Amino acid sequence: MISYLWPRFLVERDLRRCIRCGVCTRQCAFEVHHLYEEEDWVYSDESACVGCLRCVTLCPTKALVVRPNPTQPPPNANWTTEYLQNIYKQAETGGVLLTGMGCDKGYPVYWDRMVLDASQVSNPSIDPLREPMELRTYLGAKPDSLEVERVEGRPVLHTKLAPQLELAVPIMFSAISYGAISYNACESLARAAAELGTFYNTGEGGLHRNLYRYGKNTICQVASGRFGVHADYLEVAAALEIKIGQGAKPGIGGHLPGEKVTGEISRTRMIPRGTDALSPAPHHDIYSIEDLAQLVYALKEATDWEKPVSVKIAAVHNSAAIASGIVRAGADIVVLDGIRGGTGAAPTMIRDNVGIPVELALAAVDDRLRREGIRNRASLVVAGGIRCSADVVKAIALGADAVYIGTAALVALGCHVCQRCYTGKCNWGIATQDPRLTRRLNPDVGARRLVNLVRAWSHEIMEMLGGMGINAIESLRGNRLKLRGVGLNQEELEILGIRHAGR
Amino acid sequence: MLREAVLRDEKDFSACSIFGMMSPSGKRVNGEPIIRAMANMRERSNGLGGGFAAYGIYPQCPDLYCFHVMFDDHVARKQTEEHLRRDFEVCDSGPIPTRPCDGVENPPLLWRYFLLPRSTDDCDIGEEDRVVRVVMEINVKVDGAFVFSSGKDMGVFKGVGFPEDIGRFFRLEEYEAYLWTGHGRFPTNTQGWWGGAHPFNILDWSVVHNGEISSYGINRRFLEMYGYSCTLHTDTEVVAYAVDLLLRRQGLGVEEMAAVFAPPLWSEIDRMEEGKRKLHAALRQVYGSLLLNGPFSVIISNRRQMIGLTDRIRLRPLVVGSGRDFDYISSEEAPMRLLDDTVSETWIPWGGEAVVFELKEEAVPELTVPIEVFRSEVPLAARGTGRAEG
Repeated sequence: MISYLWPRFLVERDLRRCIRCGVCTRQCAFEVHHLYEEEDWVYSDESACVGCLRCVTLCPTKALVVRPNPTQPPPNANWTTEYLQNIYKQAETGGVLLTGMGCDKGYPVYWDRMVLDASQVSNPSIDPLREPMELRTYLGAKPDSLEVERVEGRPVLHTKLAPQLELAVPIMFSAISYGAISYNACESLARAAAELGTFYNTGEGGLHRNLYRYGKNTICQVASGRFGVHADYLEVAAALEIKIGQGAKPGIGGHLPGEKVTGEISRTRMIPRGTDALSPAPHHDIYSIEDLAQLVYALKEATDWEKPVSVKIAAVHNSAAIASGIVRAGADIVVLDGIRGGTGAAPTMIRDNVGIPVELALAAVDDRLRREGIRNRASLVVAGGIRCSADVVKAIALGADAVYIGTAALVALGCHVCQRCYTGKCNWGIATQDPRLTRRLNPDVGARRLVNLVRAWSHEIMEMLGGMGINAIESLRGNRLKLRGVGLNQEELEILGIRHAGR
Repeated sequence: MLREAVLRDEKDFSACSIFGMMSPSGKRVNGEPIIRAMANMRERSNGLGGGFAAYGIYPQCPDLYCFHVMFDDHVARKQTEEHLRRDFEVCDSGPIPTRPCDGVENPPLLWRYFLLPRSTDDCDIGEEDRVVRVVMEINVKVDGAFVFSSGKDMGVFKGVGFPEDIGRFFRLEEYEAYLWTGHGRFPTNTQGWWGGAHPFNILDWSVVHNGEISSYGINRRFLEMYGYSCTLHTDTEVVAYAVDLLLRRQGLGVEEMAAVFAPPLWSEIDRMEEGKRKLHAALRQVYGSLLLNGPFSVIISNRRQMIGLTDRIRLRPLVVGSGRDFDYISSEEAPMRLLDDTVSETWIPWGGEAVVFELKEEAVPELTVPIEVFRSEVPLAARGTGRAEG
């Protein structure tokens, strides 16, 4: 069958600059570039190009330009390139459209419709370069009150607090499984989390034995497939997370194509090599909220009540009611993952059409838990589409205790968001298990890049806090007076619980 | 309408004067000295709000709750009285005595009620919680009515005007108290609203506050979870409710409260010995939403205590001094020197360090102190009011 697809990108090579060194041919796992040494010629097969810019970045003479293909179907507001190409693909394969990373549709990004406050005159802004500025955050259930006894006139704490995670910065690395990403990427995340005093999340792929040493900074996930879940795995973690849903694919389970299930991964996940690791859509032991409570308490029991248990759900229409149930089911942390949350592989239709923006879910959940008087009982973490430190600040002001960053972390490692993670051919050595590719990501460098990113964001968060006249992150948390909407309608403002700019 | 007079900001941006004086032995003095103290700090306020809290002023009925209420009109008054009668026996009621006074315009109807809680079958909720609930109900539900004082043997007097004018308007020279606090407001953005003046009060607790609480948004939302409705649209209200929550309802001590409002830095907590570290860490973890962030100095008082506190990086002034009969907490040192030449020592507390003056256990607030106690050479009454009259 002849493919009717046309290339999405054009690869342009400046022949005066190209020295036929072959770097591009070696770098591209999609086999776009072909060097013909006898003819002194490099041919680029654009139809294979995914636009990851690996060749452009590494070309020593900067001879390459990759740009969107100006060849387009006849102009049509409905039948755009994307829809036509999807139909051709499906007509040629009969398959479900697959994609990677987060939803790339133009749904409103509410972070961009909110602006922050700063002090002028009546309260002084604080200069974080000269004065203390505190970002330390504790995640976990808090009691409604503390009991303090007087012993010989001195106050002594009587209440025993539930286990807490101490974060030096309110930013953690999202659940990304070993399998979806390479061992080196996992190690980069683990080492960065340890150096930063925060946490990374294993995702649902188990934990490689070599990374047990970073357990103090590891949140181990238990998902519907239970891949790699065993006593040691639960024991080594700082906290456990039950994955109910994922923002990129609410309602369905995780997908790891068999191509990525190599020996180490099959050992870590405890599944046969080369088999697709498809998690069931629901947990088959959780058909209702009381079943969830059982798993929460089973995990607590299994770990001597020493670790907080988190429950992660995708942001959907009735997240508020679900979150309330989750808190009442005993979760110490609730994670909301929004529609822009990333994935290693998801059906395109689901990624792009199911779920809601996390900003709205966060506002609704925080409101609901407060209305019910149970906001203290669990921490709230948001994930899915946090792109910069200002997004973090806005999320915390809306009501989050902390955020997870996934895509942003991978971008720090080199990801260019080409959305082809599911192919296992990631040229940046991240979403791949091909040893030729994975060795491109050096964990020393990877960890350094992640640490740099989060440090930079921390400085920016401190500057923004100081500007507001606040010197501790807890005074920002849920402080929606620090936000104003721009270009939002009344209903959106009401859901977000903020006023319009100018008011 | 009372509440509609407020801008939408729900929050006070003010620079203010605060002053508190307390006799640990329970000696009582009339309102004249504190009026003069406030007048002395006139440039710290701008005529958009002044007020006083006085403790020990109703010795004839120290066990009755005394509500001071402002009304837009008699319709609101009637509705409020219906509310009150449901939960209380009204032992006495009537307008709060006032006199016309230059600089005090358009006062609302000002009434006071001496109330005895009815016995109830409702065993879930204590008497004080019921009083709080009634105050919240009236302030939220009755349009044009606002309870601004709800303690026993104490009262708040406040309104729009310079504090010295408000003091004269309310005839404070006719009241005698062993603990006075006063406040002059310099709001930059709220229109004058009588309810928005300080002190803020719930039960016996009253708060005068100088500053802007940048954490107001979350302080308020946290308190809402515990049933406090912040109807006053100002950040000082949250201090009053937070005090009530922490000290009365949850039984924490003043030290712990100070550590919640103005906690030590984490780096300091990390260096504490274990027991103390655990306590302070837990206080921040559990009550982080009540950290009062931003510049403030406050005087918090109840029938037995006067507490001064500034924010943890001490962005607003607070001076403490002690005289022979009275202890003072003030925005400035001058007024305490003006009032009392027995003030021997004054000091500036650290940021986040609570200064607590307490009524002596045996103190019976009965003795009346002649005004001359402060200065012997010139009778106070002969020295004018301290207002800028010239």
